[in-house]
Amino acid sequence: MKTQKQMWGIVKHIIVLGIGFIMIYPLLWMLMSSFEISPNIFHRAGLFPYEIGLANYPAGWAGLGRWTFTRFFRNSFMYAGWATVGTVLSSSVIAYSFSRGTYPGRKILFAIMLGTLLLPAQILMVPQYLWFHTLGWVGSYRPLIIPAFFGGAFFIFLMTNFMNAIPHELDESAKIDGCSFYGIYTRIIMPLSVPVLVTAGLFSFIWRWDDFMGPLLYVQGRPQQFPVTLALRVFADPTTVTDWGAFFAMSVLSLMPAVLIFIFFQRYLVEGISTTGLKG
Amino acid sequence: MRKFLLKDNVAGVVFALPFIIGFLSFTIVPMLLSAYYSFTRFNILRPPEWIGLENYRRMLTDERLRESLFATFYFVFASVPLRLIMALAVAMLLFKSTKMMGIYRAMYYLPSMLGGSVAVAILWRRMFFATGTFNSILDVFGLNRNFAWLGDSRTAIWVLILLAIWQFGSAMLIFLASLKQIPTTYYEAASIDGASKVRQFFKLTLPLITPTIFFNLMMQTIAGFLTFNSAFLISQGGPFNSTNFFALYMYNHTFSWGNAGYASALAWFMLSVLAVTTGILFGTRRFWVYDGGFS
Repeated sequence: MKTQKQMWGIVKHIIVLGIGFIMIYPLLWMLMSSFEISPNIFHRAGLFPYEIGLANYPAGWAGLGRWTFTRFFRNSFMYAGWATVGTVLSSSVIAYSFSRGTYPGRKILFAIMLGTLLLPAQILMVPQYLWFHTLGWVGSYRPLIIPAFFGGAFFIFLMTNFMNAIPHELDESAKIDGCSFYGIYTRIIMPLSVPVLVTAGLFSFIWRWDDFMGPLLYVQGRPQQFPVTLALRVFADPTTVTDWGAFFAMSVLSLMPAVLIFIFFQRYLVEGISTTGLKG
Repeated sequence: MRKFLLKDNVAGVVFALPFIIGFLSFTIVPMLLSAYYSFTRFNILRPPEWIGLENYRRMLTDERLRESLFATFYFVFASVPLRLIMALAVAMLLFKSTKMMGIYRAMYYLPSMLGGSVAVAILWRRMFFATGTFNSILDVFGLNRNFAWLGDSRTAIWVLILLAIWQFGSAMLIFLASLKQIPTTYYEAASIDGASKVRQFFKLTLPLITPTIFFNLMMQTIAGFLTFNSAFLISQGGPFNSTNFFALYMYNHTFSWGNAGYASALAWFMLSVLAVTTGILFGTRRFWVYDGGFS
């Protein structure tokens, strides 16, 4: 009986590892192909390059025309960084209002916020574009960064739940000691909600880093403003000949921030997904 | 003034202000604008011209819209259930292993984390070329036909569906979290009563995680209906509109064909399709979702 159970345990591990290997194969293949300097890259099924070298990396980094990937990475960092700062700060302020506010109408506001959670961005794509066009913001990152400073529904939801779990006794005793509504936020709730702020910040950063549709709508015509995502798309334009080795090299670099975040902050990500169903 | 701002209710509203302002200016205003544009002929460059219900009437006879809806529904109905089944199956396999959890999680979750990126979408396109890796792997098993998977209107959509299923990792993590909440005493009691593992799964595990299944189903269905990146980057809607998903069709009307008015009408149409679909999902809730909690 016992050996049978052990056998099943081993078989299970083999199955899980086997499927896992298939799952991760495309990513491994891309990583290995970024070191492939033989032009046979397309046909290879296996992982190991015919000829190993680093030449793809400088070739890819040279970028598009006048602009190298230094520029594109800087743009991506700028966009993801500012949008994340904006989203995290404003969402925590709003979540505090939903969690601790006592003003009339706050339940309705919260319900509206939940409603926008179900309202997909693509539905607003056209009208928002036209609105930002009217405002004269098209052609810059303003349409992507400025709205971030007015909260993100997912993060407000996540943070409100977290703040609701912070004992109310803490703010009540602070209040008795003369702390105002503002003081309770900066001295009690904000410091105690650091873990959820980190989770939100990581997700926001990854999403913005990966964002393709936003920059496609707003900075498409200006290569000097391209984030990495747009640069990669133009790099592998189906209508021209693509240097696949160089493309894979830049792809690997473009995925690095997300991979590093995964390696070092796994706990926060898993927490965020399992408690709220955030999409990773 | 200072005293007024210090009142708790006033301060509460002050903290909610970013949401109120943001909601009005980045959601309500665009929605009202688009409601107006949906009754106009409008190409962004010149001022809109009122044409009444013309855009909505046009939808009735729009053959490409029909194809686009078909492709979108096909994609959603194939990818969402398969993705959830994969997620649940692997979550069940991983559920009790603790030793290798870190490695397993990396293997299963990384595709979900990186799969939405431009890099992976283009990699995917490259893999399914006639001379791509996928055919080379088939070759190893002697199955290669040098088939261009993206060139055929029957298979192209499956390349996209496969990419969507491949990203089941985050749904899997949600399932794992909910499986861990089922008290082990339930299983002990079931074993004592002589219930087999299979029976335990269908009579105990599955009913208890139906709220999670429902939640996943909702979110993934909504996201599925609005898939854009993969269709735009991998198949460009082709061949023969077989992957011309709704969001892509809307995008092209606005930015490629200068029909922002018609695209606005399409957005409202999609919003009602989504409302009806999620409404139906909610309606079925009481037939299969167990809300009793764990006590």
